[in-house]
Amino acid sequence: MWDYTPTVKDHFLNPRNVGDIPDADAIGEVGSLACGDALKLYLKLDENKDKIVDAKFQTFGCASAIASSSALTEMVKGKTLDEALSISNQEIAEFLGGLPEEKMHCSVMGQEALEVAIAKYRGEPIPEHDSEHDHGQAYPDHEGTIVCKCFGITDTFLKKVIETNKLTTAEQVTHFTKAGGACGGCIPKIQELIAEVLGQNNQPRTRPEKLSNLKKMQLIQEVLEKDIRPLLWADGGDLELLDIDGSKVQVAFRKACAGCASSGYTARMVEQKLREFVAEDIVVEEVAG
Amino acid sequence: MKEIYLDNNATTKVDEAVFEEMRPYFCELYGNPSSMHFFGGQVQGKVNEARQRVAALLGASTDEIIFTACGTESDNAAIRSALEVFPDRRHVITSRVEHPAVLTQCRNLTQKGYRVTEIGVDSAGRLDLEELKAAVDEDTAIVSLMWANNETGVIFPVEEAAAIAKAKGALFHTDAVQAVGKIKIDMASSCIDMLSVSGHKLHAPKGIGVLYLRRGTPFRPFLVGGHQEKSRRAGTENAGAIIALGKACELAGTYMDIENSQVKAQRDRLQDALMASIPNARINGEGADRLPNTTSIAFEFVEGEAILLLLSELGICASSGSACTSGSLEPSHVLRAMGVPFTCAHGSIRFSLSRFTTDDEIDFVIKELPSIIQRLRQMSPFGREFLKSQV
Repeated sequence: MWDYTPTVKDHFLNPRNVGDIPDADAIGEVGSLACGDALKLYLKLDENKDKIVDAKFQTFGCASAIASSSALTEMVKGKTLDEALSISNQEIAEFLGGLPEEKMHCSVMGQEALEVAIAKYRGEPIPEHDSEHDHGQAYPDHEGTIVCKCFGITDTFLKKVIETNKLTTAEQVTHFTKAGGACGGCIPKIQELIAEVLGQNNQPRTRPEKLSNLKKMQLIQEVLEKDIRPLLWADGGDLELLDIDGSKVQVAFRKACAGCASSGYTARMVEQKLREFVAEDIVVEEVAG
Repeated sequence: MKEIYLDNNATTKVDEAVFEEMRPYFCELYGNPSSMHFFGGQVQGKVNEARQRVAALLGASTDEIIFTACGTESDNAAIRSALEVFPDRRHVITSRVEHPAVLTQCRNLTQKGYRVTEIGVDSAGRLDLEELKAAVDEDTAIVSLMWANNETGVIFPVEEAAAIAKAKGALFHTDAVQAVGKIKIDMASSCIDMLSVSGHKLHAPKGIGVLYLRRGTPFRPFLVGGHQEKSRRAGTENAGAIIALGKACELAGTYMDIENSQVKAQRDRLQDALMASIPNARINGEGADRLPNTTSIAFEFVEGEAILLLLSELGICASSGSACTSGSLEPSHVLRAMGVPFTCAHGSIRFSLSRFTTDDEIDFVIKELPSIIQRLRQMSPFGREFLKSQV
């Protein structure tokens, strides 16, 4: 059973603002029957067309999807459109006292519907997707391309969610956006997007001039954890650091990498990365064990 | 809150007679059955009796019964053994709707260079025997097909499938954890080589299983060490649980008629009433031969986890093939293999009954579920469109 907070349970069992607004100023729809969740959000503005005076929703989905929608409608009432737009999916989750990580995509769906509704109201273009799946349509970007074909999710949308939620693994991205959760074919691409976003946030990395032995070992471990293992996970593999002796790094390949015919190639890739970020003289040895 | 337990394919209540049978074998009669002294010997005697009781339910001989820790262990042991017995055969056959205990293992084998064929099912969940016939060849080490599906209750023609496998010299294993106690099984007149049983699916405790191994079938043990179970499964016997399973099997034999009369009638009444009172619902596996205690119903325009939690508020315990309950994002592999329409794939609920289910409990679900579905449909954008179209 999911560990839902009392607030999530309350908003699921007694959802606020279910229904529609016949003369709504803005309507945002995201999701589909095939995706397993969908949200239709109605907003009514005041006379000056500035503040949200009423909000209603209809949701197809699990308890946390219904609770997130209910929370969203409560949060936007009384806010200006710009204030509403600044609501992040984390704030929706916080309003509910937190969501299980696997359910964070429900909070993202709420925020997405809000953006679609406001973009449509303001006459900003919403691209029509030829697929029936339409998550991520809140991020119109003609440069944006579909990454996850199963759920129809674009790279622009993924990068935004990765950045705002500070995600570091493909699994987290799946929990927050559903991308990669069906066939898994786009997980390598998600890894690349994570690397891209992290790269933007970090200072450009240069190899340090001088390293004490301790610093060197720490840096080797850091590069293995942050840069190398996520790449292997994408292919169902893994590695374990067994020992560091001066510049000699001993690793053992695990899961799909163990006994993989191209493990020699993978070992060279690891070596190259370590030379790039740690020291020129690193030698990687694959050890059975 | 008093529970209305309709999730017996997940696990069952330990029958009180079963619990009483095992109770003395923890604090009082705690000897090791392998010991030479009288104190272990009396436990050994009781374990032997349990083995006879299990064998009787399966129509097997006592030397064909290997006690394990669970159904998953039995499944893993059977498949691994076949691969070790036939090192030159590099092909494994299973179905797309197997329990993960079999399917995960088979899929992992592809990474070790094995060819793995997953036989498909039709929209009612029935096995494609023609596909099986075409798939089995001289390279096939083992065919592993479940006797009855845990989600839909659909029964596979395992005897025919076993004959097809045997014709090419492959071993045949069946995961029968949902079938034992509900369907008459007679291994004496069968050609199945290996069969898995799980105690907690038939009113014995969790943590005890059986691998039936036909006499003369080559076998390599999964756990090695001591000489227990004729060296086919090392490790000190879980004597209390074995004794419990023996009693549970004896009772299952006694109550098998009830499963197929009283329980089946309750199941039929439940699904007929729900289908009559809730529009746009479908029974998963309708038209196929199914277990007497199981019904899986898909409701359009609503999501399964939400249904389960509203049922749970009323004390009703059921299960779902929906994505959101498991944390995965797609409906169950069983429903996908059956091609359940996407409009209702996310809204499937499984009710699985037992001999402890009462008529009042069935009445309560029949009374409460329609308003739950109605409530969620009124909340769902697709449900609202549907309800409007009904007016």
